[in-house]
Amino acid sequence: MDRELIVAVGDLTCRYTNAPRDALRDVSLEVRAGEFHALLGPNGSGKTTLLRAALGLVPPRAGRVEILARPAGDWPRRDLARVVGVVPQREENLFPQRVHETVLLGRYPHLSLFGGVRAVDRAAVDRALVACDAVDLRDRWLWTLSGGEYQRVRVARALAQEPKLLVLDEPTASLDLRHEMELFELVRALVDGHGLAALLITHHVNLAARFADQVLILAEGRAVARGAPGDVLTRETAAAVFQWPVVMSVFEGRPQMIPLRKKENHP
Amino acid sequence: MKYALLAAAVLTTLAAALLLGPANVPLRELVDSPILWQLRLPRALLAFLVGGALGVSGVALQALVRNPLADPFLLGLSGGAGLGAVVAIALHLPGPWALPLAAFVGAVGAMALVYRFGLMGGAELDPRILLLGGVAVGAFAAAITTALVSLAEATELRNAFLWLWGGFSGASWTTVLVILVYAPLPIVVLAAAARPLDLLALGEEPAQYLGTDVRRLKRLVYLSASLLTAAAVAVAGVIGFVGLIVPHVCRLLWGRLHHTLFPTAFLTGGILLAAADTLARTVVAPRELPVGIVTALLGVPLFAFLLRRWTVS
Repeated sequence: MDRELIVAVGDLTCRYTNAPRDALRDVSLEVRAGEFHALLGPNGSGKTTLLRAALGLVPPRAGRVEILARPAGDWPRRDLARVVGVVPQREENLFPQRVHETVLLGRYPHLSLFGGVRAVDRAAVDRALVACDAVDLRDRWLWTLSGGEYQRVRVARALAQEPKLLVLDEPTASLDLRHEMELFELVRALVDGHGLAALLITHHVNLAARFADQVLILAEGRAVARGAPGDVLTRETAAAVFQWPVVMSVFEGRPQMIPLRKKENHP
Repeated sequence: MKYALLAAAVLTTLAAALLLGPANVPLRELVDSPILWQLRLPRALLAFLVGGALGVSGVALQALVRNPLADPFLLGLSGGAGLGAVVAIALHLPGPWALPLAAFVGAVGAMALVYRFGLMGGAELDPRILLLGGVAVGAFAAAITTALVSLAEATELRNAFLWLWGGFSGASWTTVLVILVYAPLPIVVLAAAARPLDLLALGEEPAQYLGTDVRRLKRLVYLSASLLTAAAVAVAGVIGFVGLIVPHVCRLLWGRLHHTLFPTAFLTGGILLAAADTLARTVVAPRELPVGIVTALLGVPLFAFLLRRWTVS
């Protein structure tokens, strides 16, 4: 059975206004239901641009971006928010807020203009909190959360949108080992248990290799490799993309990358 | 409970505004007196409506520029309105509506200029550019206003100066009616933007991911809040601090969600300004203080208190 195609990016080229070169060039990506995709690449390689273009915030210069077979730029934001839940890299917290209030924001695309919050909305908030193991945090103020708890709450907010696709932009950027592992386990569990598609930007090559079904490696706006981690994460590719000598090893059937020390400092 | 207190405060304030005044009329005579029906009632209602409009506008603009210290007049409207009013006074434009219309035109002109600033170089109403543009346009208009005032005769000067500090001595049923017809449209537009404004507090990109068309939202909110403020300033002059203080008081009491903030800010703004106007026309009776002086004298200490709370927490 063919899984539902959620995002289709074909030969996408993007350029920001007044920029001298393309931010993305001829990039393709297909994300289906029940698949976990990781987006890898050094800083400035176009990862976040690809994500924003896939969500209709950056118009394509060439190529196509479709979400559920409809061009991304044609989606009204409200309709799109019911299909794609995003955990952005950064956001502001202007006013104090409790966890359940934050998660309820994920229901906004489902509410009518002047209508109130319905029982189905509260149920979706509760389900999202359960799925993210955040029920105990429900009444906590946002500012009292640890970094890992805060990220789980933001994933819960995206889940409350009841999306088909979950997009996360460097969700573990400042997390310690335990919280980092918990977040990757959470995303994997959501993909396996709920049939969600996930698209995750990360700098953690080894975690991406262990958790993701597919990786897309970007360098200078171009797709260097795309496919299953074991097929594309080779020593040559990794060393070229990250511009550092590495060796590859295998753990539980997945490639793992070990960066080498510089020879002159390491006799 | 808090809502019951709010309703009681509305009634008490309006009752006080009707009962108190420079003319000491016994209650029994007051019911039949034109002082009640032609002076105090329209004046109290107008002060209430203008205060409500400033409260709502303050809530909306603070959300728009994502700065809790923003004020409806920060975006150049007061400067533009003041210039319009002073031009009307200096040119002796005839008729009761010349001054409010000129002030309205000035405010809308300033709004259009700041809006244009906000779109420069492809920027989509960037909050920082809006604030800078507002300050620049306000300063420019104030310079021209002061130049005109410095050339004016003594009585004109006094009139212009008093107008700039706001007041409701010109209130009539007609002005009440004008506001009653005019204000609902921008207020309904803002009320419809309540949830998207909650999301905008997260930042523009997160708000888009949660279903908000941010570009359209910012334009609608900017125009609605500005047009609401422009009408308030046209009928009552520049009344500071209501639009700054009221949103803070309401956030402290009712939380930061806009579907409660808008109605509570309307009522709280109405209470504050109706009470301030009652003070303005009674404390130095039979003369009157400009109401902007009362709101500033009450508002600045309150603001200092809030600022202290805000920076401590």
